Amino acid sequence: MRHLLDTKNLDRATALRILDVAEDMADTQSREVKKLPTLRGKTVVNLFFEDSTRTRISFEAAAKRLSADVINFAAKGSSVSKGESLKDTAQTLEAIGADAVVVRHPSSGAPQTLATSGWISAGVVNAGDGTHEHPTQALLDAYTIRKRRFGADSRGRDLSGIRVVIVGDVLHSRVARSNVWLLSTLGAEVTLVSPPTLVPQNVSLWPAKVVYDLDQALADGPDAVMMLRIQLERMNAAYFPTEREYSRRWGLDALRVAGLPDGSIVMHPGPMNRGLEISSEAADSARSTVLEQVTNGVSIRMAVLYLLLAGERDNERGGDL
Amino acid sequence: MSETLVITGAQLLGAESADIIVENGVISEIGSGLTRAGARVIDAAGLVALPGLVDLHTHLREPGYEASETILTGTRAAAAGGFTAVFAMPNTSPVADTAGVVEQELALGEAAGYATVQPIGAVTVGQKGERLAELGAMATSRAQVRVFSDDGFCVFDPLIMRRALEYVKSFDGVIAQHAQDPRLTEGAQMNEGSVSAELGLAGWPAVAEESIIARDVLLAEHVGSRLHVCHLSTAGSVDIIRWAKKRGINVTAEVTPHHLLLTDELVRGYDARYKVNPPLRRQEDVLAVREGLADGTIDIVATDHAPHPSEHKACEWQAAANGMVGLESALRVVHQSMVQTGLIGWADVARVMSAAPARIGRLAGHGTPLEVGQPAQLALYDASIAGVFTESDLHGRSVNSPYLGRDLPGRVQFTVHGGVVTVADGAVVAELGA
Repeated sequence: MRHLLDTKNLDRATALRILDVAEDMADTQSREVKKLPTLRGKTVVNLFFEDSTRTRISFEAAAKRLSADVINFAAKGSSVSKGESLKDTAQTLEAIGADAVVVRHPSSGAPQTLATSGWISAGVVNAGDGTHEHPTQALLDAYTIRKRRFGADSRGRDLSGIRVVIVGDVLHSRVARSNVWLLSTLGAEVTLVSPPTLVPQNVSLWPAKVVYDLDQALADGPDAVMMLRIQLERMNAAYFPTEREYSRRWGLDALRVAGLPDGSIVMHPGPMNRGLEISSEAADSARSTVLEQVTNGVSIRMAVLYLLLAGERDNERGGDL
Repeated sequence: MSETLVITGAQLLGAESADIIVENGVISEIGSGLTRAGARVIDAAGLVALPGLVDLHTHLREPGYEASETILTGTRAAAAGGFTAVFAMPNTSPVADTAGVVEQELALGEAAGYATVQPIGAVTVGQKGERLAELGAMATSRAQVRVFSDDGFCVFDPLIMRRALEYVKSFDGVIAQHAQDPRLTEGAQMNEGSVSAELGLAGWPAVAEESIIARDVLLAEHVGSRLHVCHLSTAGSVDIIRWAKKRGINVTAEVTPHHLLLTDELVRGYDARYKVNPPLRRQEDVLAVREGLADGTIDIVATDHAPHPSEHKACEWQAAANGMVGLESALRVVHQSMVQTGLIGWADVARVMSAAPARIGRLAGHGTPLEVGQPAQLALYDASIAGVFTESDLHGRSVNSPYLGRDLPGRVQFTVHGGVVTVADGAVVAELGA
C-alpha cells in the first residue's frame, strides 16, 4: 500500500486486509505491554492544517504502539497568501526524512495533491480533507459494525446484507462520503437521511439511497444508525431553520432509539452535540458504540501505518492503493 | 516592419489555393503565379489562410501583475496562436476604469508590435459593482473603448446593469457580462453536479450563470441596448441565448475553447490547471455549446487567456487561482472540437474567431475578409499535422495550460500583423524589425 487517500478507490480485498490486520493489532492491545517493535526507526509525521485533537492522538497512539518516531506538525495557513504553502511544508518534511505523512487539511483533495505532486516521497494517509473523505474513520466504522455483528469470528468477513443508515449533514461530511463508498464495497446497504439542503445536489452515482424522513428510515429496522455531527454555523447559512427543528426531525432521541430492533447499534464519529443530533439516552445506551469506535480507531490506524511502512513497499512497482 | 510579401499557394479559408501579395500592410493582389521583385516569399502550400484572429477576451495582466504576463509577452503568445488583435480585460492594478489606464495599455500594445491591443474598460469603478466608471471618457480617449466589462465579477445589481446598458448606447458600446450570481456561488470550486458531490468541492451551479443571462437579455430588450455574454458554459445558457435571439434581442455570446473540449471529469485528480471560472462543465454542456456555436446561437470563440504564476497553481485546489492560458492553443482546440467533428468549416472559423469578435468590439482594421485592399492581418495554419502540446508551444510568461501533454491537431506556421511577420515557420519572431 503506497498511500491511503480515499475509500472510493479502495478495493474489497485491500479493505478486508486492513480490517483483518486491525484484528491482529487489537489482539496485541489486550497484552500487558502494548508496544510492538514493528516500525522502529520509521518516522511518522502528523501534519494537521486543521485542529483535530481526537484524530491526531489516535494516529499518535497507533504510531507509538508500533514504535515509530512521531512528529506532530500543526501547520498554519494553506495558501501562498496565508503562511507557508503546502509545497514548502511538504518539502520540509521530505528534508527531515518523513516515512509517512498523516495529513488533515481543510481543503478537499490536499492529500491527493501531496501524494501526486512529487514534492515528497513519503506515504500519505488522509486523516480528513475538507468535505471529501476521511478513510480511516470509515474503516474503523466498518470494523466496529463487523465486530459487533460477528465478534471473534470477524476475520475475512464482509458486511453483506447489513443495513446502515447515515443521518445528518451529508453535504459537508467527509465521514459520510468515505462510509458510503467503503460500506457499499463491503456489501452493506447504505441509506442516507438528511434535510434536502444538506445532501449534495447530484448523488445519482452514489451507491446509496437518500430519504428525507428519519422515522421512515428507522422503520425499516437498520442494523446500524450512524449520526453525523451537525455544525451549528450551518444554521446561519439557511440550511435549516433552527436547532430545535433540526433536532426534532433529524435527531436521534430516546423515543427513536427505543424503537430500534434488538441488536441495532448507534454510532457517532464524535465529538457529539448531545441534545442536538443525538440524545444522551442514545449516546449512553448499550447500543452506542461511540467509545468502541475510538478504541477501534487505534487498531485501524496501526493497521494502516503497518501496511504503509512495514515490509515491502509496492511503490517501486507503481502500485497504488 | 511591414515588408512586401509573396504568399504562395495558400488555401483561402481552406478552399481554393491562391497567391497573396502584401504591400504596405495591405493585401494588394490575390491570384496565381504572382511575384514581386525583392519580396519575401512565404511558401504556404497546403496551409489554410485565415484572417488574423481576434480575441475578445484576454487577460494581459499589465499594469500590476507583470509576474504573470506583460503586454509584450501576452501579445507574443497571441501571435503564436494566430491572433493579430486582442481585447484586454480591465482587471489590472490599477483597474482599467479610467481613460489614463486604457491609453497606457494601448500605447504598450503599440510599442510591443505583436498584435493590436484594444483595451476593455471596467463598467464600474474598481470593478466593485457600485457606481459607473467614466465610460464616456474611455470611449472618447485615444483607446476608443467600446467594450466594457467587470470581468471576473458579475455586474450583479440589476439597476447598475440597466444603467450601464443604457449609458453605452450613446457611443455604440456594449456591456460584456461575466454572468455569475455571487450568492449562488459563494466559495464555489467547480461545476455543481455528480463529480463535485464525490470530490467534496463546493458547487458552482449552472443556474447561477443562466439566471443572470436570463435577466440581462430581458434588461437589454427593455432598454434596447447591446449585450455581450462572456464565456457561457452551460446547455441552459445556450437555450436562453437562442430564445433571446429569436425574440430579436440584441445579444451576442462567446464560448471559450476549453468549454468546447474539456469536462469536469478532469477535476478528479485535483490538478489545479483545470480550475477555471466559469468551471468546466458536463459532457452534455460541451455538446450543447458546440451545437450553439455551429448554429450561430453563440457568435464567437474567445480565449479567456488567464496567466498565473506557478505558485498559484501548484497548491491544493481550493487555494489555487482560477484561469488557464489559451491564446496559443485556441485555434488548435477549435480545430479539434469543431472542425474535425464536422460541425463547422474554415470559413466559419474565420467568422467566429475573427470577423464576429472584431464586429462586436467595433474594432476597425481587423476581422476583414481576405480580399484585395484589406489590411494584411493573416494567419497561415497547417491543419494536416498534429502533435503533443508542450511548454515549448507557450510563449507568454505563464504555463498554466490545461492542454500540456495532450494531443492537438494543427500548428500556426505564420502570422502577419499589418504586413509585419510576427510568426514565421511556427516560431515567434524574436525582434520585429527596426
